[in-house]
Amino acid sequence: MKLVLNFTPVWAELELILDGIMLTIGLSAAAIVLGSALAVLLVGLKSLAPRWVGLLVDAYVELMRNTPFLIQLFMIFFGLPLLGLKMSGATAGLLAMTMNLGAYATEIIRAGVDATHKSQIEAGLSLALTRLQVFRYVVLNPAFAKVWPALSSQFVLMMLASSICSFISVSELSGAAAIIESRTFRSFETYIVVTLVYLALALALKSSLLLLGKRLFPNASGLERLDVKAGSV
Amino acid sequence: MPAVVIENVHKRFGDNEVLKGVSLSVEAGQVVAIIGRSGSGKSTLLRCINGLEMCQSGRIEVAGHVLDQDPKHLRELRKDVGIVFQSYNLFPHLTVGENIMLAPRLAKGLGTAEIRKLAVEVLAKVGLSEKFDAYPDNLSGGQQQRVAIARSLAMQPKVMLFDEVTSALDPELTGEVLVVMEDLAKAGMTMLLVTHEMNFAKNVADVTVFMHQGKIWEMGTSAELFAAPKTPELRNFLSAGVH
Repeated sequence: MKLVLNFTPVWAELELILDGIMLTIGLSAAAIVLGSALAVLLVGLKSLAPRWVGLLVDAYVELMRNTPFLIQLFMIFFGLPLLGLKMSGATAGLLAMTMNLGAYATEIIRAGVDATHKSQIEAGLSLALTRLQVFRYVVLNPAFAKVWPALSSQFVLMMLASSICSFISVSELSGAAAIIESRTFRSFETYIVVTLVYLALALALKSSLLLLGKRLFPNASGLERLDVKAGSV
Repeated sequence: MPAVVIENVHKRFGDNEVLKGVSLSVEAGQVVAIIGRSGSGKSTLLRCINGLEMCQSGRIEVAGHVLDQDPKHLRELRKDVGIVFQSYNLFPHLTVGENIMLAPRLAKGLGTAEIRKLAVEVLAKVGLSEKFDAYPDNLSGGQQQRVAIARSLAMQPKVMLFDEVTSALDPELTGEVLVVMEDLAKAGMTMLLVTHEMNFAKNVADVTVFMHQGKIWEMGTSAELFAAPKTPELRNFLSAGVH
């Protein structure tokens, strides 16, 4: 058997690929921002709200982390319209990604919050700050700095998982690939191109997040040393 | 009226009674040193005064605020009562200036210009004006502790609590922190300090309190107490030389 690769038909659909890339980037960026915001809200509720609210947060996180993303996507896309909430595939995809990422990020950020030395919180409270102010200004930033690498990986995983949105006919990169494949019958060539694009996107996202982390947490390396000091006395 | 009134305070952690009926009164402008062995309850007493620990019974009144559990009352009290900790507890992600300006902005709602002026002022008081934009991690332990004192001062407290603030420092760094505290004492700040620095207690504190087994075992003017300890426990403690 001889393998013959012919990329010409695939290149002819370049526009479709570019649109797919843009949608993948757009969905991922929006899900990262909204999912992180949701996670901060949930971690805040868990830290500050009454216990029963914390238990609800736990239940939500467990539900999202222990069911397949595809099923979550179907529940939103096919289930919500039955409740009178109609939405486009892209909106449903974004909602599913936000809810899914929000749950995973909640677990990650909570680990950072839990790692905060009790003395930091006492220092904040002693300066007459409210518990919310302590969370917002004292706890949150170092917590993010501590878990930034783990959070970054989760963002990249979510970007890759956005391909699942093609199941509800969202023509992001994977959706675009499916269309090109059916038009050209050049499956291998199509997915070689798409694989390389995903790889490039993932690496680009990873390094952007690394740079962003250095900007957001310029003193992150100092945090660990300070913790060690605080813990040793 | 005294700046601090502590009446018959009891504090238990589980079955362990740490404070067994402590009463103490501190006049405005007075410096009171609390000495004693580890586990004698001295740090717990200090932490009860600003509500970091809640005592089970007894009454505490500081700077005109009666201590209770209400978070709002606690914040009002803490605006007037500063505390400095053994491990500095500066906020590592904020610069020295930001550390100092955070609470006046959030808790007191002062304007930006006023807060900045205040921060420059208190930083000068502890001799670290040039460190305004440094991060805590880039400072020595002694410098960090002086910043912690400045951060507390920026709230313009009426009473300052010091919880073994030099215990984590090398001897040569201890000196620079004690100098700052001595200046504060001279300036008329009401101070309660838990300390292992016997010379500082003897020379700077007006009154020294010796705590033993959760009680105030012996107290008096620092001159008297150190020159002529009455109880064998205090004599033992002072002669042991290891504090």
